[in-house]
Amino acid sequence: MRVGNLSKAMAIAATVVWAAGCSTTSSTSDSADSMDQADQRAEQDAAAATGAGAGESMQGSQMGTDSSAMDQGAADVTDLQTVFYFDFDRAVVKSEAFEALTAHAQYLLDNPSAKAVLEGHADERGTREYNMALGERRAKAVSRYLTVQGVPGQQIETVSYGEERPAVVGHSEAAWSENRRVELKYESR
Amino acid sequence: MTRRLSALLFGALLFIAFGARAELTIEITQGVDEPVPVAVVPFGWAGTSALSEDVSKVVAADLYRSGLFKMMDRADMLSFPTRSEQVYFRDWRLGGQEYLVIGRVLPAAGGQLRVEFELHDVLKEQRLLGEQLTVRPGSLRKAAHYISDKVYEKLTGIPGAFSTEIVYVTSKKLGPDEFNYQLQLADADGANARIILESREPILSPSWSRDGKRIAYVSFETGRPAIYLQDKQSGARERVTGFRGLNGAPAWSPDGSRLAMTLSKDGNPEIYVLDIASRQFQRITRHYGIDTEPTWSADGRSIIFTSNRGGMPQIYSIELESGWVERLTFEGDYNARGSLTQDGRHLVMVHRNNGVFHIAVQDLKTGRLDVLTETYLDESPSIAPNGSMVIYGTQEGTREVLAVVSIDGTVKYKLPSREGNVREPAWSPYLQ
Repeated sequence: MRVGNLSKAMAIAATVVWAAGCSTTSSTSDSADSMDQADQRAEQDAAAATGAGAGESMQGSQMGTDSSAMDQGAADVTDLQTVFYFDFDRAVVKSEAFEALTAHAQYLLDNPSAKAVLEGHADERGTREYNMALGERRAKAVSRYLTVQGVPGQQIETVSYGEERPAVVGHSEAAWSENRRVELKYESR
Repeated sequence: MTRRLSALLFGALLFIAFGARAELTIEITQGVDEPVPVAVVPFGWAGTSALSEDVSKVVAADLYRSGLFKMMDRADMLSFPTRSEQVYFRDWRLGGQEYLVIGRVLPAAGGQLRVEFELHDVLKEQRLLGEQLTVRPGSLRKAAHYISDKVYEKLTGIPGAFSTEIVYVTSKKLGPDEFNYQLQLADADGANARIILESREPILSPSWSRDGKRIAYVSFETGRPAIYLQDKQSGARERVTGFRGLNGAPAWSPDGSRLAMTLSKDGNPEIYVLDIASRQFQRITRHYGIDTEPTWSADGRSIIFTSNRGGMPQIYSIELESGWVERLTFEGDYNARGSLTQDGRHLVMVHRNNGVFHIAVQDLKTGRLDVLTETYLDESPSIAPNGSMVIYGTQEGTREVLAVVSIDGTVKYKLPSREGNVREPAWSPYLQ
């Protein structure tokens, strides 16, 4: 069963890589830009995570009544990347998100009472309601990645904010690439 | 499943107020090549206290804003006639004027005011219009817009839309994760702006009922999107959808009985029609692509919508009875948020060409597409009820502002606000 899910995930990953390869020159440069940013972000996240060590262990001890595996899960999930970026007018999960998402999926599987909300966002270009739909597509793409790994649908909710809640205000590709995103937030851990 | 039809008045995070707002000012950027010269003479008033509004000034500003007329400066007027017998046509002819508007305000019974006005053809020395109306002193501005409507109609053959209103959304980013959103209502010239809804969560997609009495919109006030209907006069509101997923893009049917919208409750963004009286939903589209932004044809038989079923967003129409779907746009790789003019001949939309978003109009008979605007990131076009103008949202520097363009692209003006972002204008129908 788990093996089946894994192979499905691999199939999706393969499709994603293929789709990324098929994108036009302009969106390839898009993805290159946002990959750079994702790298920078990962570095920042890593730096932030070392500082947040005390918070983690506190959370671990709060939850750690059952098994040590759960302690491990709780500690892991706070370190993980929670913002995932997308190419313009696309709702395809990028390969650099797979590792973090797989870990989130594992956490959700290990903690059946945990609930994640996936907030989908778009950049300011294009019409507002279309972007609302696009944001939902992105959130659902991430949701699908998690459910394919066996996470029950009841543990995931998707909400789209379209272009209404930009992370960065600005008309540059740098701002846009940070706004085309899905934010994973735990409603309950 | 989550269809809860709750009538609510005031939410916890939001309040409805009717306070005064910073008004939008008009800045004309382009008019027709040879505007018709018109003189609007200061209206006579023999009362002791000053009137609350300078009627002729409002009329002149309205006509000027249409871009079709050139207004005579008061300082250049040799006389201020207020009645026909005081008009020396020769003077106005030599002053280069083609038409003349004169009038007077008189006290009427019950503290009301009587406004009389006349339109004269200077060259033919002929009176074209003569009317009077009685109003409350607080409604002088309305009277002025009424006069503008009549004069405009006489001179162009098209009913004026100066007595209409606009709703729009404003937003301010207050902090890293703190926003303020307002739904505001103003006269078509930007005056009398007032807040009708305020929230920390997004408000979007306002849409007028065809009688101009109610406004539908999307609010995230509960943390999730839902569609609300609000009575313009009383402020009373009710939530009509709160499904899981998208609840967006409400659009009132021409007869006012139905509301088209986008829902993703069945897994995918699709167009649905809600019968407002029976609360029955009917699913209209069935496609795995994105279907959204419905608007109605004037006869209420078809819905225009945006779909990416062909790979990129394009505009389609679906006939409600037969389900027949037709693609309407082919030029450019991104056409969205289409709406039809009242006569059904022209499709107004957001059009992307070479990566740039503009407002465009397509003649559905000839297929010809004209880009109307040259501003930046143009979106949310809404057509005036007389079909002459399109109001839309655009960018000025880092701020979102409203702008207006005539349907033939010759006349352009902006309505900049003093602060914050202004977006998503919706032009009202004719109001009683």
